[in-house]
Amino acid sequence: MLRRIRTDAAGLLIALVVAFPLYWMVLSALKPRAALEAGDPMPFTLTPTLDSFRRVLLVDGFGQYLLNSVVVAAVVVTASTFCAFCAAVALTRYRFRLRTTLLVLVLIAQMVPVEALTIPLFFLMRSMGQAVPELGLNHLGSLMLVHTAFAVPLAIWMLRGFVAAVPKELEEAAQLDGAGSLTFVTRVLFPLVAPGVVACSIFSFIMTWNDFLFAKTFIISAQENQTLPIALLSFFKPDENDWGGIMAGSVLMTIPVLVFFLFVQRRLASGLGGAVKG
Amino acid sequence: MGIPALPLRRPGGTASGRRRLEPWMYLVPALAVLGTMLVYPLYQLVLVSFYDYRQPQVTGAEPLRFTGLANYRELLSDPQFWEVLLNTVVFAGACVLGTILLGGGLAVLATRLSPWVRTLLFLAALGAWATPAVTGSAVWLFLFDPTLGPVNQALAGLGLTEFSGHSWTYTKTSAFVLVASQVLWCSFPFVMVTLYAAIRAIPEEVIEAARLDGASTARIARSVMLPMLRPAMTIVTIQSIIWDFKIFTQIYIMTGGGGIAGQNLVLNVYAYQKAFASGQYGLGSAIGVITTLLLLLITLGYLRALRRQGEVL
Repeated sequence: MLRRIRTDAAGLLIALVVAFPLYWMVLSALKPRAALEAGDPMPFTLTPTLDSFRRVLLVDGFGQYLLNSVVVAAVVVTASTFCAFCAAVALTRYRFRLRTTLLVLVLIAQMVPVEALTIPLFFLMRSMGQAVPELGLNHLGSLMLVHTAFAVPLAIWMLRGFVAAVPKELEEAAQLDGAGSLTFVTRVLFPLVAPGVVACSIFSFIMTWNDFLFAKTFIISAQENQTLPIALLSFFKPDENDWGGIMAGSVLMTIPVLVFFLFVQRRLASGLGGAVKG
Repeated sequence: MGIPALPLRRPGGTASGRRRLEPWMYLVPALAVLGTMLVYPLYQLVLVSFYDYRQPQVTGAEPLRFTGLANYRELLSDPQFWEVLLNTVVFAGACVLGTILLGGGLAVLATRLSPWVRTLLFLAALGAWATPAVTGSAVWLFLFDPTLGPVNQALAGLGLTEFSGHSWTYTKTSAFVLVASQVLWCSFPFVMVTLYAAIRAIPEEVIEAARLDGASTARIARSVMLPMLRPAMTIVTIQSIIWDFKIFTQIYIMTGGGGIAGQNLVLNVYAYQKAFASGQYGLGSAIGVITTLLLLLITLGYLRALRRQGEVL
């Protein structure tokens, strides 16, 4: 019994230490600016205020960057899920030459260190911008393009299992009822693998939302097209960091990911079950 | 019979041809995106690494010059490259080791906790896991801020006055340790959750049988549980190596782009700085190629490990 209490105490202490950085982030975002700049060491505040949030959203234009991040993530999620779902259908419900080769390539593509591709992608976006400015440097389109590509391999890999779990008999039944292949895929298969689509959308979202490197490389001078991570970085100024603002921005950027993360945890398990039921 | 001879087969050639083309129609969007944004840039990366490609060539002031392996020769004879490579290997190695030990230790601890404490621990870990690298780095910088950070304040409050105003990013080792602690914080949850699930998947009877045979707890851990955990261990180890080897955001933000005089550079940041800060795109690409090759070696190890576990494609 005593031993149980001692391990529980250790577990509780570790949980507190792990949660402390997030707690401090929220606390500092709510502390009044004066207290923060005086180095107030209190682990709580009696005068919580939303001033820091107001400051970043209204003065620093964080709302615009938030919107940019949301738009990029929404397009990437839609486009990558569409591409991946179609590819997963081809790779699981058809037998053709090169099928296994393609699967292996998808697995390898998932492991390409995309960070190493920054330089060629920068030049690709530069020339792309000369043809279609909206898809080139300094525009959100460039970020949408690269992140769609980066999200597709993992999304194919995840959706593959869901699509394969839909029984072949269902396809034959749909065919007997006169449904063509396209009708079957859009009207029967897609709704059935919806839980898988949700799960892989969330992964694409998190990956795009968190990106720092490509946002920094591609959006060079167009401040109005920056995304959250770069906006957050611009708050860092030598020796006069507005920590209240940085923490408020961090809270705004972390919350959506946290919510989706909690969602994935549950959805993944129940989704797999739902897909097999067919 | 007066009935005209109907072809018995449906217009078979086209129907089976369509059936053969169908999968490729579904593959077109994915292949187009991956081809232009992944395969072509990969080819370009290798190509550019063989050229003298700097700012004058980008603007077109000077013609492109094929220089073969010159970029690689320059890199391999540059002491800074070897230092950065060593930094990367030691930093990534320390992060991997720390993550596995911490995650593994906490997974074992989690099996012995009361359910409500375990839930709290997992919730805290989930929060750390979900935090984006950018915000995690920002929070960490604030926690360890020389004057306003709670860590220095607490240390000074405990009587260690030399920590008031102490900069954690000033020396090379302390800056790397600071970044590594942030990496540890956000990457141990994956290891903990995976290994916890693996431990829970070991049938109770196996351990019971070993205990009946008179095996001690330590013996059970070493000879029964560890071999059964090996597949999960392989996955988390190699996944951690791949992640920690590629770290960019944390180093870039927390050390201000590679630390004082580049003391905290790792391969990815080094390539970025060579290309986008000094305009040596050919050289930066060569670093990218080397990073990719090193990671490819690790990935092959990963694939072999998967194969050994009987994962089917």
